Amino acid sequence: MLKSQQETPLWEDTIAPGASWSLILRRGNALRLVDVEGGANAAALLYNFECPVERYNMPDTLKAQHTGHLTKNFVIYSDMGRVLSSITEDSCGWHDPLGGFSDAASVSAKYGKASYQEHRNAWHRNTRDNFIEELMKYGLGLRDLGPSINFFSKVRVSGDGGMKFMPGNSKASDHVELRAEMNLLVILDTGQHPLDPNPKYDPKPVQFSVRRVAPAAADDPCRLSCAENARGFINTERYF
Amino acid sequence: MAPAQTLVESLLKAEEATYSEVVPAGEFWIHQINAGQIFRIVDLNGNQAVDTLFYSVLDTSERYSATDTIKGQANIYLTTGSTLRSNLGNAMLTITADTCGRHDTLGGACATESNQVRYAIEKRHMHACRRSFLLAAASAHWDLTKRDLAPNINFFMNVPVTPEGGLTFEDGISDAGKYVEMRAEMDVICVISNCPQLNNPCNAYNPTPIRVMIWNS
Repeated sequence: MLKSQQETPLWEDTIAPGASWSLILRRGNALRLVDVEGGANAAALLYNFECPVERYNMPDTLKAQHTGHLTKNFVIYSDMGRVLSSITEDSCGWHDPLGGFSDAASVSAKYGKASYQEHRNAWHRNTRDNFIEELMKYGLGLRDLGPSINFFSKVRVSGDGGMKFMPGNSKASDHVELRAEMNLLVILDTGQHPLDPNPKYDPKPVQFSVRRVAPAAADDPCRLSCAENARGFINTERYF
Repeated sequence: MAPAQTLVESLLKAEEATYSEVVPAGEFWIHQINAGQIFRIVDLNGNQAVDTLFYSVLDTSERYSATDTIKGQANIYLTTGSTLRSNLGNAMLTITADTCGRHDTLGGACATESNQVRYAIEKRHMHACRRSFLLAAASAHWDLTKRDLAPNINFFMNVPVTPEGGLTFEDGISDAGKYVEMRAEMDVICVISNCPQLNNPCNAYNPTPIRVMIWNS
């Protein structure tokens, strides 16, 4: 593959603040997410597109890699022992898998009600409803909705287990790249992180692009980052 | 908000329980618990992982949610005072007594495939919690399937996350006879896999039985 092919996006777009998106990301392609203004949150759900009952598994991802956060050289596991995606680039350093996402009750309690009738496109949206809407486009629904990965957000856990949102984790132009190791249904939402103490409804846009990339080589850093990931790649490659 | 490691004993008498059964290691248990009933799990021999899921009887698409529970109390550990929340943010159960002090909800349940990743490709044949969850789902009339397997609670397990973002499986802080007790806030289906794991030192490579008990109030 020519280097220029790897660098030219197949397509790109921007998810508006507080809005959702869904797309199919095929094995051999990578998705780059860019925090345009700084302080964005990109909540993501991942499913095996051909068999969506196989999906991102938060506990399996964390315990295989002994981690409570995600960054470059970590991978994202399905519940079937396969690598759905590898994090191949990250300028930010920490992405949150623990905090979950907002719902209608928490958004209205925190930011006040802002109805569509009155506010049109400036209404207050919430991530759970946006996720359910996107899932239902593919025949999925509430039963299929699990924990999200909250790209660009950081939640620190103290010794007593307390969870604290750390503002300023992601700056303008920070980016993260996900190489698809399987054919994925990716669902994204730009709603604010539920533990973000900012009292103002102020979600940020997230720009994304898809491009072709080389498959994980034998010496790929994600494959070699721990013995567990080497075995996860074996399971994934047997599938294809 | 749930305080960390606050030990609270129950006033309930064992002889007044309306239900009491032993669940051997490697077995599943699926049972309805009604709003107002008190449910206790006893770690009979110490440091046994009790992988547990809850579903609303009224609509099983509403189920226990680890992330709604921990974000609701801004703390990753479960103990007395913790409200176990559903994926719709509703209170499903409240922990009312706990002589162990800390329970995990991030470590998930072992599976034949996750055992391949964590231990060795050749370990796929070994018994695992998600086998038990699937068999429990198939044994009952609530139409539960693999779609419905959400991240669970591991009662009696100690899985700290460090301020630097690491995750470790620490030696258990449970012991023989320790228990956790909770009041159902809605009618729930409880699904337990009494963990069969033979590869993890957290149970000293020795899975052991538990007791489940229910009081009417």
